[in-house]
Amino acid sequence: MSSVLDGFAVVLEPTNLLYCLVGVVIGMLIGVLPGLGPAATIAILLPVTFGLEPVTAIIMLAGIFYGAQYGGTITSVLLRLPGEASSVVTVFDGHALARQGKAGTALGIAAIGSFVGGTLAIIALTFVAPLVADFALDFGPPEYTALALLGILLVATISSGGRLRALTAAAIGLLLATVGRDEFTSAERFTFGNLNLADGLDFVPIAMGLFGLGEILYNLEERHRKVQAPATVTNVWPSRADLKQSSGAIGRGSVLGFVLGILPGGGAVLSSLAAYALEKRRSKHPERFGKGAIEGVAAPETANNAAATSSFIPLLSLGIPANATMAVIFGALLIQGVTPGPQLVTENPELFWGVVNSMYIGNILLLIMSIPLVGLFVRILRVRATVLAPITVLITLVGAYTVNNSVFDIGLVIAFGIIGYLMKKLGFDPGPMVLAFVLGTLLESSLRRSLLLFDGDPTGFFTRPISGVLLAALIAVALFPLAQTLLRRRRTTPTEEKEPAA
Amino acid sequence: MSTEPVDERPPPAGPLTNLIAAAVVVVLGGAAIAGSFALGAGSPSEPGSGTWPLIIGGALVVLGLALAVRARDTGEAERFTRSGLLVVAAVASMIAYVAVIATIGFEIPTLLLAFVWLRFLGHESWRLSIITSIAIVVVFYALFVGALDVTIPHLF
Repeated sequence: MSSVLDGFAVVLEPTNLLYCLVGVVIGMLIGVLPGLGPAATIAILLPVTFGLEPVTAIIMLAGIFYGAQYGGTITSVLLRLPGEASSVVTVFDGHALARQGKAGTALGIAAIGSFVGGTLAIIALTFVAPLVADFALDFGPPEYTALALLGILLVATISSGGRLRALTAAAIGLLLATVGRDEFTSAERFTFGNLNLADGLDFVPIAMGLFGLGEILYNLEERHRKVQAPATVTNVWPSRADLKQSSGAIGRGSVLGFVLGILPGGGAVLSSLAAYALEKRRSKHPERFGKGAIEGVAAPETANNAAATSSFIPLLSLGIPANATMAVIFGALLIQGVTPGPQLVTENPELFWGVVNSMYIGNILLLIMSIPLVGLFVRILRVRATVLAPITVLITLVGAYTVNNSVFDIGLVIAFGIIGYLMKKLGFDPGPMVLAFVLGTLLESSLRRSLLLFDGDPTGFFTRPISGVLLAALIAVALFPLAQTLLRRRRTTPTEEKEPAA
Repeated sequence: MSTEPVDERPPPAGPLTNLIAAAVVVVLGGAAIAGSFALGAGSPSEPGSGTWPLIIGGALVVLGLALAVRARDTGEAERFTRSGLLVVAAVASMIAYVAVIATIGFEIPTLLLAFVWLRFLGHESWRLSIITSIAIVVVFYALFVGALDVTIPHLF
């Protein structure tokens, strides 16, 4: 327990608090830019944190993470533009409330719900993560192989654009991870004699390019879309009646979000949908939903923040990022010399609790900052996209340079920006690609070690209890949609052969 | 990442676009397979440098072929329209930016890139474009050279 308190002492140092605050503000600043979700925001801002001490950098990242999450909520409510999939349901009632001149109430209740959901999830995480890590200490290469494969498959299953496209993106991500020197034999792979590639592709330019620049290029085309100037926001503090009305939704959303968020894949997306559906079903007047019901904002916003927080559990205790945003954070932690995994809590308790406790602070600062600053962010939303685009692009390009002081990295960002743009156009979600890239090295080395261990006999994966269970889960996830399609085909006429929205 | 409301989606691309995408995936997989044999494919009991790329290459070929079979199932991909030219121009401006930044410093390329994006890609007014691009350079200089002391190539 004392290490938990030590962690707080670290977080509460004035400089760390300041960086957390700066993180929340700039996270929100970039996060409110339409089209830039949390993964893109964190990717663009990664270089800002590199010059800092590891603990400070992680605290700032937590701030950026929460700020970016809330930035997406602001655009959902005011512009009807969800920053990411987990804010999609917020749009229904959030924007309806904004039309009725109650945008402030919607944003206020979203901030309070996010705070409650996030904080409850962190408290639960404080107890659960060390337990999971303890359990995972026995994991060997076969378990990690199965876990990494399962993680990639689950992310591919819930990603937009269908499984086939997501799996293709993931496979390309795995291939990109092989570039560079092979850690077993030191053979250079796919470097084409380029010295810059000898150490492999860097994670940062890839994430910045695919998420950040790709998104900006994609949005360049969307000029035809009419973006109405957001309404003025008043009365951010919700009334007592509003609070009373949404308290149940916030409580249920927290629990639902936490539980679903632990699952790899789109915990946040799934939980926001589930929380909204639950409130609608429980309501005595379900017809109010979609027309400005305050619970319709409170429930999904609470749930997605709780889920976003609990998705830190697989990252911190297993070293497996559960979604694209976690993949970016994973990359950022690696650069800071922190390798998330079961050993982190025992070998580096200061860092582990620093990360966890910075989330408490990030959440509190979010609540304190978001409410008074909403006016400022609304003003940013009035700035035309044509003005914001070059600013964001230049931050990305110059930021990419600062990571390694390398012009080659700027080139990589542009190359991956083009790839990200093309992928978006062609319906491929870049998320699974980044996730697979991050997990690629772990997956390959675990697989090779396992094969050496089993003397080339792949049935060894199934005879070990934990890897066997994980692989059984993997097969279930892989076959479930297939079975679904077969069942549906049997029931409907053969002309309706549509891929299930898995 | 961003999920647009359904009613605002641009027109879907035709089967040809999907086929080309599938072909690119197959070719990429083929290249990975060829590369993996050059590295030494190894065997299950003695995996080599090329074993893993070989597996991924095989997976890519299979996935690419599956995508090709589904090419007529349009709906996910968007059609490339004239507004795509904006993206081409934007990319060209960034490539020029990278090409010159190491030799002449970041100030002039930054000014020009911001101006081109504002005036020609964004159709902002001359006045706003000039003022904003100068302001961006000043702020970047103060931030990266002044405050953060980054070693970015600079003139002054």
